[in-house]
Amino acid sequence: MSFLADNFTLLRDAFLTTLSLAVVSGICALVIGTLLTAMRVSPVAPLRGAAGFYVEVFRNTPLTVVFFFLAFGIVQIDLQFPSRFITAVAALSLYTAAFVSEALRSGINSVPPGQAEAARALGLDFRQTLTSIVLPQAFRTVVPPLGNVWIALAKNTSIAAGFAVTDLTAALQRLTNQNADQLLVVFLAIVCGYLVITLPSAWLIGVIERRTAVLR
Amino acid sequence: MTANVLFDIPGPRARRRHRIGTFVGGLVVLALIGLGLWRLGSNGQLEAERWAVLFDSSSGVPQAFGRALVDTLQVAAVGMVAATVLGALLAVGRLSDHAWVRVPVTTVIEFFRAVPLLILILFCLLYLPTVGLDIGPFGALALGLTLYNMAVLAEIFRAGILSVDRGQREAAFAIGMRKYQVMTLVLLPQAVRRMLPVLIAQLVVLLKDSSLGFIVGYFELLRQARSLVEFFNFRFGDRYTFQIYVAAAVIYIVVNVLLSLLARYVERRTRTNRKTAATEELELPADVQMGGGGGTV
Repeated sequence: MSFLADNFTLLRDAFLTTLSLAVVSGICALVIGTLLTAMRVSPVAPLRGAAGFYVEVFRNTPLTVVFFFLAFGIVQIDLQFPSRFITAVAALSLYTAAFVSEALRSGINSVPPGQAEAARALGLDFRQTLTSIVLPQAFRTVVPPLGNVWIALAKNTSIAAGFAVTDLTAALQRLTNQNADQLLVVFLAIVCGYLVITLPSAWLIGVIERRTAVLR
Repeated sequence: MTANVLFDIPGPRARRRHRIGTFVGGLVVLALIGLGLWRLGSNGQLEAERWAVLFDSSSGVPQAFGRALVDTLQVAAVGMVAATVLGALLAVGRLSDHAWVRVPVTTVIEFFRAVPLLILILFCLLYLPTVGLDIGPFGALALGLTLYNMAVLAEIFRAGILSVDRGQREAAFAIGMRKYQVMTLVLLPQAVRRMLPVLIAQLVVLLKDSSLGFIVGYFELLRQARSLVEFFNFRFGDRYTFQIYVAAAVIYIVVNVLLSLLARYVERRTRTNRKTAATEELELPADVQMGGGGGTV
């Protein structure tokens, strides 16, 4: 067990890297995903098309490929991210945004049409219907899927290890090289690191879900 | 709800506004695409000769991609079959009446869903050889994909079985069927039909995840692309890098879109099927719908 104490700083830094990767990309993905959803329900056809195309492409591309392009591909168009960490954040948020958008759109679709029709009948316009009638209801039904997108994102950060970000998985690879006799403990420690993020999230999502549930 | 409830059928002024919006929006989208193409062009990435290498069989690129695609599909196929079978067993186990079956099975499912797929694959690759199970990168990738996806698929199957109308189960018991008969003759056949679209969607996710082989050193599409690039860099310098990466990504996207189309087709067929459409709309746990988003997805 002594190696846990010996490598405490490495494990702590790796855990914090994983956590901040997940949090920062989560926020970025939420912003991009919301914009994409607004584009997908908007009356302007090219925006609908562009957003739909974006979501379709990113949902069908492996995250590894997205990472790959941002790490090695975009230098060809003279772009370069300032650091590995930012490359990882960009890849994770671009990828997750597609799923956020899908979750939000299914939330909007789950609001009964009668709600929007009633709002329209009262004379609210597009913006008012969306912001005061449809979205508040949509956000509630969207809590569980968005929560699961968040958990999936937290697990997806492990792929950043393959692209030179020292997160938990990278720490795992480093530690397994040094501690060949204690592999099982190493794996347990790393898995616990992920569970510390995912299990409380799952519990919290359950609580929020019960609090905000809409009776229909 | 369709988008057209959200706004009025536009009048002349709104139509003009929309036309302007369409124009400006289209212009922005085109400008972004144009900017990308222009940067590529000014770096000479669009020369026909650079792309021709992808289709020139004397360069060995099409063959290499063909082999890599077969290898990718192979590992995905092994994972799909094994994960589906194990997932069905786990689902039935989780629905068991006996706590000594249900509790361990539930723990197994929850554990494998909570651990990142990459960690599972690394575990198979790094730990199993130390206990005398050397299965190589192919085995590690296939086993990791199986362990993760069997847990996800178990949840899909469970949701499907629970979604079958309660009366079906009660009627089956009422005419004197045993538990296993109810499950195999009544519940599963109905559940599987309704699960098919989600099942295929999850298999798309599995295929995507096979790209993690890149990190553990299995020669799937992405790693093959990387090694091709290294080979070409050695001979011609940094000449075909971009083209080969684009080709790998396009192959992935095409295969996945084809599978997604299949899922959509199956979904349409199941929805119009009289036998399955009678029961009410299927409610899946949201994380299953999300499909992990990769290693998650």
